[in-house]
This record gives sequence, structure tokens and C-alpha cells, in this order.
Amino acid sequence: MSAPLSAEQMAGASPTAMPADIEKAARRVERRQAFSAALLVLPLIVLIAFAFLIPVGLLLFKSIDNPVVAEGLPETLTALQSWSPADGLPSDAAYTGLKRDIEKAKAEGTLGVIGARLNQDTPGARSLLQATGRRLDATTDADPHQAFIAIDKRWGEPEIFGAIRNAGDRYTLNYYLNALDLTRNTAGDIIAKPEGQRLHINLFIRTVWVSALTAFVCFLLAYPIAYLLAHLPARRANLLMIVVLLPFWTSILVRITSWIALLQKQGVVNDALASLGVIGEAGRLALIYNMTGTIIVGTHILLPFFVLPLYSVMKTVNPNLVRAATSLGASPFTAFRRVYFPLTVPGIFAGSSLVFILCTGYFITPALVGGQNGQLISNIIAYHMQQSLNWGLAAALSTLLLVMIGIVYFLYTRLVRDQR
Amino acid sequence: MTSLVSLRGIQKTYDGKQLVVKNLDLEVSEGEFLTLLGPSGSGKTTVLMMLAGFETPTTGEIVIAGQHMTRLPPQKRGIGMVFQNYALFPNMSVAENLAFPLEVRKLPTVELRDRVEKSLAMVRLTPFADRRPSQLSGGQQQRVALARALIFEPRLVLMDEPLGALDKNLREQMQYEIKQIHARLGVTVVYVTHDQSEALTMSDRVAVFNDGIIQQICPPKELYERPGNSFVAGFIGENNRLSGVVRKIIDDECLVEIAPGVTVKARKVGVHATAEPTTLSIRPERVKISPQAGEVDTVIAGEVESVLYHGDHIRAHLRGLGPAPFVVKLPNTNGAAATLVAGASVSIGWASRDCLALDLMEA
Repeated sequence: MSAPLSAEQMAGASPTAMPADIEKAARRVERRQAFSAALLVLPLIVLIAFAFLIPVGLLLFKSIDNPVVAEGLPETLTALQSWSPADGLPSDAAYTGLKRDIEKAKAEGTLGVIGARLNQDTPGARSLLQATGRRLDATTDADPHQAFIAIDKRWGEPEIFGAIRNAGDRYTLNYYLNALDLTRNTAGDIIAKPEGQRLHINLFIRTVWVSALTAFVCFLLAYPIAYLLAHLPARRANLLMIVVLLPFWTSILVRITSWIALLQKQGVVNDALASLGVIGEAGRLALIYNMTGTIIVGTHILLPFFVLPLYSVMKTVNPNLVRAATSLGASPFTAFRRVYFPLTVPGIFAGSSLVFILCTGYFITPALVGGQNGQLISNIIAYHMQQSLNWGLAAALSTLLLVMIGIVYFLYTRLVRDQR
Repeated sequence: MTSLVSLRGIQKTYDGKQLVVKNLDLEVSEGEFLTLLGPSGSGKTTVLMMLAGFETPTTGEIVIAGQHMTRLPPQKRGIGMVFQNYALFPNMSVAENLAFPLEVRKLPTVELRDRVEKSLAMVRLTPFADRRPSQLSGGQQQRVALARALIFEPRLVLMDEPLGALDKNLREQMQYEIKQIHARLGVTVVYVTHDQSEALTMSDRVAVFNDGIIQQICPPKELYERPGNSFVAGFIGENNRLSGVVRKIIDDECLVEIAPGVTVKARKVGVHATAEPTTLSIRPERVKISPQAGEVDTVIAGEVESVLYHGDHIRAHLRGLGPAPFVVKLPNTNGAAATLVAGASVSIGWASRDCLALDLMEA
């Protein structure tokens, strides 16, 4: 038998009068759930932190870190503080400081490192410093100014001191200037590099161009494949999916080598065309060791990255939508253009940004099949990492690449959002 | 009424072996609301798809308003269609969805806007014109789909289980709304559903499909009162089945022996000769409990197995009449259930016009 509820009981049941301890208990449950969720992703976070964020952060730091000259030639730099190349040669104090710095560096064995660092900006500075170090002992303390000029007449010109001062900042933007084809003159002003040394900007432009072109070719190839995959009966779709994924099962080097066999001057494609009489022996096509090669091979390697996201989006498009459009009077083409295609744009966006970003970072492919004009920015970064050991410049180039991809991605997102 | 749609000698097979639709002839009158009703796989949706042009008949022809349409693509048929789950274009707003059929018909902008506005007003969605379909409730999406199928003023509208995704209350409301629009516009509707109550409440005529064949096509009332065979009797509403053998035929009635020595009088529907086996069908609500003498033609004794309380009515399962429990449905009026107690013996009876002798039900 239920009696009518009293006013107090009614109030107790309403959520506004929730007792404080229930609220606390609810929050405790929530906290426990959040904690167990965090535990699940903890291994990944640790891995990313130690294998990705910290190393990349340290490398990016290298692009502004510049300790060698600042720590190697401290007294020289102090004496040069108020000096400007327009004043002519620096004071005797600078020469005295330089002498002491060089002697100290010799004793510590760091003279070679300092010379190498100066050589990055001023070719010949390494040998100058080494030679000066060797012959400095023979001179007296009497007049360091004259003594230096006697060793090498370059010490009698202000340029070398300007170079030392430009390289002497503990933290520097000079690597970025270099990466953007800029440099500093002896007075420390930012100027464009001489024509023949401008290299990076063109490489950045070429990287964007090649990546965009690869993404576009991938789009042209992937759209019909993904459409077929999404609309075939399951059994045949699975077979086609295996064919799409087949390239993933083969080593990238094997695939590139096969492309070389196919595309080179005496390769399968050229031989076939020549024997069919489409091209003459003299007119064999240059399909590899140039930008064409980079794009062909890059497209092949990256195609699955376009097909898969596009396929997964197409799978979600309700087939009744196209039917509805035709039943409302639209031709199959109009139905595709107005209904189906707009609904697959997110897949195109995902696929093209994936291919574009992977392509900007590719360096094995261009290194092997790119020849002279198929090299991308990553190849220069690899060169400075492995050959020239100018890590500061490599780091600056990498940072700029990262920023560039960020900007492209941002613009692209805006474009896609406006279009929808 | 003139015939708008003719399906003549239609057969359809997908694999060349099994016929999904077997030799179908169907006429739909101008302004009619025809429902194709049947269990899944009965061929009703295939018929609709052939009408819309998404499937081609293997044999036979389709004529709509005097025009041969058998091989015409859907976009040239001018038929409105409402799909299961609405099929609204998610990349367009409500107004753009409605404008789509007019745009592809290259209507002048002024007229187009005018029609879209009127259409929005018809389904009471004017404030939602700029919303995306995903921002609407199921019922609202349904109304947009309906308006979109009607906006280009087709003479024929096809609906493929349009209310299947809605909950019960909303479904009843939408049934009413579709009927209203149908009455107002006078458009011809071919409606596919597997929900029998929907078919009965909405249609002018119902075609019951099973196994690729129309089992019966007639107005809803006749379908319930006079099912043509035991499939229709079993599919539309509840019925009690008793098997027996025909002993005697008198005009449109017959005597059927349901147990040794027990003979009942029934209306002759699906039997033709004496000694023929038959299935008797009796609706649960037509059975009387403890009938007065002379009130009914047949009286039989049974034992109450269980009683279920349903609020507005009471159901009782009786034992002793055939293998399955015999269901009786009583309106819940004062004292109706007094005699119905589990284990009690009761007498039940029915009028012979409520007892139909149908064809033998195949197992």
C-alpha cells in the first residue's frame, strides 16, 4: 500500500537538493574512470615522449643553439662588442684577446672545431685559424696586431672579424637565414645570398610542387579504385583490397629497384615503346633520375595511403542517396556531382593530406630515382645531417619544413571547410 | 477511376534460377493509396524498385499514364520516391534538399523559391529551412523526405517503408499526416510496408505479397473480414486455426468435422468439395464466452489454461480445441472476466459467418 509522498520526500527526490556526499562520490567515480583511461594510453605517451617529442625538440633546439664560437673565442668577442666594420680594423685589444683565445683553444684541442664552425659561414676560415695557431708561437708579444697580419694578410681586413662576430652569438638565427637563402654581411645586416648560392627556397618550392602533384596523381588513380572497392560485392572487394595492399608487403628498396629496371633509358618501358616504333632510338624518354621518376615512384608507394581513407569514407555513403537523386530527376552525372562527390570530399582531404605530408618527408625515393632535379628538401637535410655535419642548418631546414606543412595543412583545412 | 499504373506479366529473377516476383499483374488507379504488404523477401520491395526504375523486370512491361516505362531510367520517369531512412542529402540544407528536384528541372529561381516556401509550409518546417538534415528529429526528416518527393508534383509517389525507423507514437502521427497530404493533393501512392496495422489504417487497397505472388488484393476491411486464404488470414491480425475435413456443402456454407463426432458450420471460402481437408479460421474477438442459447451457431466446451490482463481487453488461452491454445479476446467491461479463471471449464461459441473454411495451411 503506497501512501502519498510527503512534501519532504518529494524535495529529496529532486536533483537540486542532491546531498553533497553524492556529488563527491560521483566525482570520485569519474576520477577513477579518467585515471584508468589514462593508464591505457600511458605506454604510448611514454614512447612518444622519449622516442619522438624529446629528440625532435632537442634537434629543433640545435637550429638556434650556437655555443662553439661564443665559448671558444670569448675574449675576442668581448673586445669586438662595440666595434663595427665601418670603423676599419678593430683595436689592439681584439688582437690580444684573439691571441689568448687561440692559445687556450690550442691547449684544449678545440681550435679545429672553432675553425669548422667559422668555415660554415666563411670558406677558408678553418685553414686560416689552423695556420695562425701553428705560427703564433714564433711571434713575440710585442705587437699582436702586426704579428697577425704577418702570419696572414687576411687578419688585416675587417671581414674576418665581422665573420667571427656574426658567428659569436650564443643563440643565433643565422641557420634560419641560411635556410632561407639569406646571410649577414660583415656589418651584421641581413642580405640575400649571392645568386649562385640560393638553393633552399627553390628546393622548398619544388618539394611542395612535387608533393602536390603526387597527391593529385594519387587522387586521380585512387578515386576509381576506392569507388570500385566500396561498391563491389564483399568477396571480390576483398580480393581487390589485397591487390591494393600488395605493395606494402614488399620492401621499398625492391620496389624502387624494379621501377629503375622498368623506367631507365634501356628499361622495359622504353624498349617496348621503341620496338613498337612509338619513339625512335634517339628519342628514348627520360623517365627516371629526374622529377618524373620521383613522381612516378612516389605515386606508386603512396597510393594505398590515398585509397584506404577514401574507401572508408565511401563505405559510409548511403547508396540510397544517389538513387534518391536520380529518382528526383538528376542524371547519373548530376547525382554524382551534387550528392556523391561532395560526400566523399572528407576522404579526398584525408588521403591527399596524408600523401602530401608523407611525400614532403620522403628522401629515399628522391635519393635513388630523383637524379639532379628530382631531389627534395629532405635530401638536403639528410646531406647536412650525414655529410656536412652542419646540424644547425639541418635543424633549421627541418623546422621550416614543419612550419610549411603546418601552414599548408591550415590553409587546406580552411578551404575544405568553406567548400562544404 | 482510370488506371494510372499497369504492371503486366512481370517476372523478376536476380540469379536466373529463383523468381523473386512471379507473373505479376497489377493495376493502380489514379489517386489511389495502394499498399504492398508482406513479410521480408516476399517480393514487395522488388516491385517498388521496378516501378521506380532501379530494377528492370526480367519479363513483362510497366505502363504509367499510357507511357511504356519498362526500360526508362529513373530520372526520366518523374516518380516521387520516399526511401527507407529518408535518404536526405546530408551535404545540403533542408531548403536545398527541397530545391534539388526543381533545380535539375531548371525551374526559374523565383518560382523555385516560391515552391520551396510553400512546400516547407505544407510540412510545417519553415523555421528549419537552413538546418542540415542531421540537426532534425526523425519525424522532421521524414516530413522533409515527403515534401521533397512531392515538390515536383509527380502523379505517382512510391514509399518504401517510410515510417520503419520511427517510434510508435510518431509513426501513428505520421500515418495520419501522410493520409492528410494524400487526400489534399490527390496524388497516387504505392506504399510498401511489413506493418499490417499501417496497411489497414492508411490504404484504399492492400496487396498482400507472399513468395513472389499477390495472395489477395482488396480494401482493408475485406482483407480482415474475408481473407482469401489461410496465409492472409494468418498474416492479417490474429486468428485461431482448427483443422478438419469438409463433410457437406450447403450453398456458401459447409459442415466441417474438427474431431470425431464434432462438426461445426463454417463459411465456405477456400474449399470446393466434400472430404477435402481444410483449415478453419476464427478471430479471437468474435468468440463468445458462455453464450446464451440461440445467440451463436456453434457451441464448444473448453478449459481455461491462462488469463492475461491487457488493460483495455482480456485474453484467455483455452485448452482442448486442437493442438495450439485457442485464444479468446474479451473487451474489459464489468464482470467480463468473472468466469475466466485458470482451470475452469467454460463453453464458448461463435456465429458461423465468423468461422471461415480456408485452404489447407501448409506446414
